[in-house]
Amino acid sequence: MRHGGEQGQRSVALTTIVEFDRIGLRYGTGGEVLRDLDFRLGAGQFYFLTGPSGAGKTSLLKLLYLAQRPTRGRISLFGTELTDAPRDLLPDFRRRIGVVFQDFRLVRHLSAFDNVALPLRVAGHAEADVEGPVREMLAWVGLADRASAKPPTLSGGEQQRVAIARAVIARPELLVADEPTGNVDAAMAQRILHLLTALNRLGTTVVVATHDLGLIAATPGSQLIRLENGNLVDPTGALRNPPASLAMA
Amino acid sequence: MLDWLFASPADRRLLPGGRFAGATPWLIGIMMFVMMVVAATGLALAGGARLVREGVAHRYSIQIADGRASEARALAAAQSSPGVERAIAVPEADLRATLEQWLGPVAAGEGADLPLPSLIDVELAPGADPEAVASTVKRAVPSALFIADQSRLAPMLGTLNALTAIAGLIVLLIALATAAAVVLATRGALDTHRGTIDVLHGIGATDLQVTRLFQRKIALDALIGGTSGAIVAALVLLLVAGSGLGAVGDWTQGRLLRWGDLVILATLPLLAAILATAVARSTVLAALRAQL
Repeated sequence: MRHGGEQGQRSVALTTIVEFDRIGLRYGTGGEVLRDLDFRLGAGQFYFLTGPSGAGKTSLLKLLYLAQRPTRGRISLFGTELTDAPRDLLPDFRRRIGVVFQDFRLVRHLSAFDNVALPLRVAGHAEADVEGPVREMLAWVGLADRASAKPPTLSGGEQQRVAIARAVIARPELLVADEPTGNVDAAMAQRILHLLTALNRLGTTVVVATHDLGLIAATPGSQLIRLENGNLVDPTGALRNPPASLAMA
Repeated sequence: MLDWLFASPADRRLLPGGRFAGATPWLIGIMMFVMMVVAATGLALAGGARLVREGVAHRYSIQIADGRASEARALAAAQSSPGVERAIAVPEADLRATLEQWLGPVAAGEGADLPLPSLIDVELAPGADPEAVASTVKRAVPSALFIADQSRLAPMLGTLNALTAIAGLIVLLIALATAAAVVLATRGALDTHRGTIDVLHGIGATDLQVTRLFQRKIALDALIGGTSGAIVAALVLLLVAGSGLGAVGDWTQGRLLRWGDLVILATLPLLAAILATAVARSTVLAALRAQL
């Protein structure tokens, strides 16, 4: 379902970046936490994933950033079916996805600089090619002067911005964020949202799990994915059948 | 091939902790110390057995139970046999002197009526046929026994060989214990750094990238710990060899350990490091494969 403002000036062909086909997920021998999820996400779109606690939002995000395999159904990312893909294939796809965890998951003994630099180093960039982009990214999130600080010495908001910088430093095609504003005040939430929308304008597909309705209201052009009890609530069917073209603000 | 051993400063920062920070290098150092001492002992035992075997390889004895009467005939027959380098009759006084040590002067000393066999020491040239010599002696003195010294020393050589094998087994067991300790240490390190590993996996690090971090750390721990243990063991062995084992050194003319043995001992720390690295690598890979 399209939310907020209407069409802008420019039309582009929509490419499906994520496709879930009758996805089900259960942990161990428990009941299904996700049931028959059937949707597609378009490239360059901004999605909010909402639903009450326990609805399955985090589980859905885990499927998106390839930390979990579904128990049934098919998942395709970037045009490749990955449901049963050998795990050796997954790192290449993970490098195309940025993740902002609710608990940040920064490496505590590394500086903010080293944390942000991790994706570039893992991708094999030479050290000379790491320094500039990382400094630029830290400046972008307003932490240029905190580059050498380690996470335990950073505030919650600062850690959140380091996590965002780390998630976007490698210019991912898909950014997944789990409650990125859950631990920050309203002003910081606005700032983080601004960072995410700026990234989205650069072409990254953004999926944000949140309870914050204010955040959704403040993001015109975004779409909603609503989960309840592990089921997708999508009365308009927009996610199953995204429009052939969309307007970019 | 060994580029993983020379990590960048950034990679080194991923797994914090300086050298000798954990228990692993100490553990491997102690294991290496024990392994070196046992291996050196085993090699020295093998060296001793080798020296004894070489010393008696061509030595034989002719024993004649009925005494001195036929000794001259047996000696002449032995000396005339082809391949005999030396044949000497052992003087009766020497035999009595030897027996006196156990039986006392009354029973075995000069003038005692203890009947003694005649004994002739024979040394053959390498390649000589002992059967032919034995036949010649037997023809001259049918009651003569032609005995290889090696067969008399067989129980002692067997014991030395068994002790050498036991030392080898102990070295193997210590190597297995070291491997088990490395597995535990690696699993501990994996648990300690689980968060970092999850982050690395999440941003697209391959299993090999993660594994290299751990195998490098364990390899350096093993190399430093192993070398330290080996150096201490070498000092202790030199100290022991220079003091209490002087008599043994004289007996074996200081040839208990050959250059090859020393090379084997010197490579043990390196082998331990290679073993520890391989074990750490397979442990990390197995643990990573258990997750997505």
